[in-house]
Amino acid sequence: MQRSSTSRRREGSPWTGLWAVFFKEMADHLSSTRMRILEVLILLSAVGAVYAGAQTLRQTISEDPFLLLRVFTAAQDPLPSFVAFLSFFLPLAAIALGFDAINGEYNRNTLSRILAQPIYRDALLWGKFLAGLATIALILLALFLLVVGLSLIFLGVPPSSEEVARALLFLLATLAYTGVWLGIALVTSVLFRSAATSALAAIAVWLFFALFWGIIAQLLAQAVAPFDPFDPESELRQTEALLAFSRLSPNTLYAEAIQALLNPGVRSLGPVLISQLEGALLGSPLPLGQSFLLAWPQLTGLIALTIGLFAVAYVLFQRREVRA
Amino acid sequence: MVIETQGLTKRYGRVVAVEGLELRIEAGEVYGLLGPNGSGKTTTILMLLGLTEPSAGQVRVLGLDPVREPLSLKRQVGYLPDSVGFYGEMTAWENLSYIARLNGLPPALAKARMERVLERMGLAEVAHRPVGAFSRGMRQRLGLAEVLLKEPKVVILDEPTLGLDPEAAQEFLKMIQSLKSEGITVLLSSHLLHQVQAICDRVGLFHKGRLVLEGRVEELAQRVLGGAYRIRLEATPLQGLAERLQALPEVSRVQAEAQGLRLEATQDIRPQVARAVLEAGAALQSLVLEQPSLDEVYARYFQEVRHAA
Repeated sequence: MQRSSTSRRREGSPWTGLWAVFFKEMADHLSSTRMRILEVLILLSAVGAVYAGAQTLRQTISEDPFLLLRVFTAAQDPLPSFVAFLSFFLPLAAIALGFDAINGEYNRNTLSRILAQPIYRDALLWGKFLAGLATIALILLALFLLVVGLSLIFLGVPPSSEEVARALLFLLATLAYTGVWLGIALVTSVLFRSAATSALAAIAVWLFFALFWGIIAQLLAQAVAPFDPFDPESELRQTEALLAFSRLSPNTLYAEAIQALLNPGVRSLGPVLISQLEGALLGSPLPLGQSFLLAWPQLTGLIALTIGLFAVAYVLFQRREVRA
Repeated sequence: MVIETQGLTKRYGRVVAVEGLELRIEAGEVYGLLGPNGSGKTTTILMLLGLTEPSAGQVRVLGLDPVREPLSLKRQVGYLPDSVGFYGEMTAWENLSYIARLNGLPPALAKARMERVLERMGLAEVAHRPVGAFSRGMRQRLGLAEVLLKEPKVVILDEPTLGLDPEAAQEFLKMIQSLKSEGITVLLSSHLLHQVQAICDRVGLFHKGRLVLEGRVEELAQRVLGGAYRIRLEATPLQGLAERLQALPEVSRVQAEAQGLRLEATQDIRPQVARAVLEAGAALQSLVLEQPSLDEVYARYFQEVRHAA
């Protein structure tokens, strides 16, 4: 037996078997009870939010050129807006789809059997991630069409092409945001052997960003850039520090991105000085390209975060021993 | 040579799981990797399949390096893990068809093969039932069906009879034996030495990560137990018999047991023993030539190792 003189590279493509895994996982997701529950939950809240939003908008139909976008963001008192519902439920949906991706295979003793097939681990992880993302994309698209249809019925005004383009970009941002939570769920599913621990850990991360990060960012900003009552610039510095810290959270990134995309009147996502407003026509909408440019850093941030989390899950999974 | 390892070693931190393993398995052999739990059998198997990376040493399976060429290797090697699991909510058919797709089998070929292997494993009738309701024996057979799906050249089975009742275990072992007649090389691991010794052409005994004994079962018995012929007798009264039998030239050892005596001899000397017992004036109740058992080989070997230490 002699040492092989060929290169140290692995043979074949890491994508071998990817589609087999993808379709199997997707079928699992779509037929699972878990998914049913989520679908009903999201559907009910979406219809409720849109209905309530449309009720308020009816009175002001003729005044607004971006009616469809208003449907997404309008809230009527007891009910939050459609967008708020989405940003609340989608992380949970992503966690529900991903928290037992890898540890589930361990616990069912199927992992060694699957990995003994001619595929790389890459294919398994990618397949599971893409299947989760595709499932959510499917729900989102259905939900989106439902909302557009409902708003047509309730309001009777067809959306303009720019509105549709903005709405589609909003979908993309939402998908990227959900990807982040799917990535977090994937990491916890590799990290923790027990599915319950993994779900709990992922939900803890979600709670941390949804509830506590705002407070922590404030404390951090105060510590980094203390407010000095005799120095007006210190206030600006503190605001900027606060913004920088809160942008570490995917929730902030998502909120800012959809703010820019769904509200053409928004011109800046940070503090604006009076001097910068010179010559600006306040309230006039930005063209789509400019709004997109405004949301671009947030969008890339979300996508980069998703890729980063996937990379972490990938490295952890490659190093995992197959046997329990 | 189908499976070949050189100085194969696996360390987990400071714990050595497998050390300096030299394994050579020929085509068409049934080789038993035997030893107690935690002696390194599963780790060895995982290294052969490229599912875990060796710390040192070399592996070739069908001439392929499991770490660098895992895809072509796993296309030809079937593996049945020790605690085989399936997707419980899917049917046997769906579970198999997932594996067929992972192997890249074209649908028509996959269907034909799935029908064949399910039929062969006696699972054709339950093919469309969810695996969650399957018994341990049925799961094990489904596992073997899955292994055969890719028409492998080598089959690696980890503890194939674990958790099966004796009848199901025998049946399963027969199925494994039938693979040999198709020219498939079989490597199986087990801690139930007596169960698998009948179907193994050669066995390797593991102890604390090392392959300590290797060879055909009879050879090992000969080597370790000294005399390969073991005779057990029952007679009354027993007094004085042991000394008398010890005096026979072929007898190497006499051991008293609850009911009778156990002799080790270099030949089958049952007639001489019977005569000796009768000459001593005792009544002979039974006289049996025992088949050497691997358990005994194993136990005795380590007894001697401990004594020597």
